[in-house]
Amino acid sequence: MIGRDSARDVYRDALPVIIVSLVAGLFAGTVLGSETMRSGIERIPGILILLPAFLATRGGVYGSLRARLGSALHQGLIEPRFDVDDRRLRNAVVASFINGMVVSVFIAAVAFFVLVLRGGSGSLLQLVGIMAVAGFLSAILMLSVLISVLFIGYRHGLDPDNLVGPIVTTLGDVFGVVFLLVAIYLVGLIL
Amino acid sequence: MSIDAGEDLGGMADDLAEAYEEISGEPFDDWSVRAMVLTMVPLLAALSILQMISGSVLDAYEDVLLTNPSLLVIVPVQIGTAGNLGSIMCSRLATQLHLGTFELRADNPDIRANSGAILGLGATVFTLVGIAAWAIGHVLGGTLSFAAVLTISLVSGMALSVFVVVFSLLSVYTSYRLGYNPDDTTIPVVTNVCDIMGVLILFAVVTVVI
Repeated sequence: MIGRDSARDVYRDALPVIIVSLVAGLFAGTVLGSETMRSGIERIPGILILLPAFLATRGGVYGSLRARLGSALHQGLIEPRFDVDDRRLRNAVVASFINGMVVSVFIAAVAFFVLVLRGGSGSLLQLVGIMAVAGFLSAILMLSVLISVLFIGYRHGLDPDNLVGPIVTTLGDVFGVVFLLVAIYLVGLIL
Repeated sequence: MSIDAGEDLGGMADDLAEAYEEISGEPFDDWSVRAMVLTMVPLLAALSILQMISGSVLDAYEDVLLTNPSLLVIVPVQIGTAGNLGSIMCSRLATQLHLGTFELRADNPDIRANSGAILGLGATVFTLVGIAAWAIGHVLGGTLSFAAVLTISLVSGMALSVFVVVFSLLSVYTSYRLGYNPDDTTIPVVTNVCDIMGVLILFAVVTVVI
């Protein structure tokens, strides 16, 4: 039988990953608390409503892609290099992009609905525009980072589950809020 | 240990693929774009609707958040840490379930070790968060006292850690009793419920402290 871990062992195993995620969260929080973001939140009704869904679903889209590609690598279903002719890899990337965009726009629509239910008023077009831009920027960054880290890591014998997961999650946390800020700025220029 | 086990909706997507196969009577090509979109979008949509609970709470506290940037700094950490702790607790319990050492009893040494570690991690993280959020919020023009920010972070963080422990234990135990593999469905569900509870507990404490 495998030796039992004490509370101290479990604590020590988990602490580094938790601390990295803490630092990423603090960075995201600092962007969220910045003067620019606060004025965006004040100006555009609905941003706070869509924030948790936006942060959570990015993990869902790209966490699942990482798990799928990770097991496909282990099973030899895909090769660790980017090949546009590889049907499985291409389809997985295209599907994740579609999922990310569809869900971003869906979140904007649901958030608008919740906003109206809560007796507020705002612009559906503005929220959809912000989520589409933020979702697009996230997709481009997450897909390129995820595939690069997964393949380079795999070629160097690193386990995709242990290394790639935390890197992707952390980058997602940090850049999600930054891209939201950029999207608010860009959409503000047009709408 | 994988930090984002809770973000992998793959197990649930596979269940959905099976359901589609049963309805249409045709085999599903797992690697077609259509299959990956049709199995993931409904789950992501359901997840987004669930997250509107936290979104509404944030929106209700908009004025408090805008005048106290320290609280805005705490929000992403609270959400992220809740999910991470839930994911760690559940994957360890699921492993013990597979090894056959899981037994829902207060004197089970594995359960004690896991619960103790989660509470310890919560105490460490939320002390650091309180200090950092106060300092960053101060620079961003906030006026909340150090004691207030630390109290909010620690009290809500520890309440959340206790919730994570109890809820993970009950969920893994329930899925075991019902015969489900906890890795597939339980972990993503627990992670997301913990995320939402993180926001609810945070603002319950904010209401009392401020």
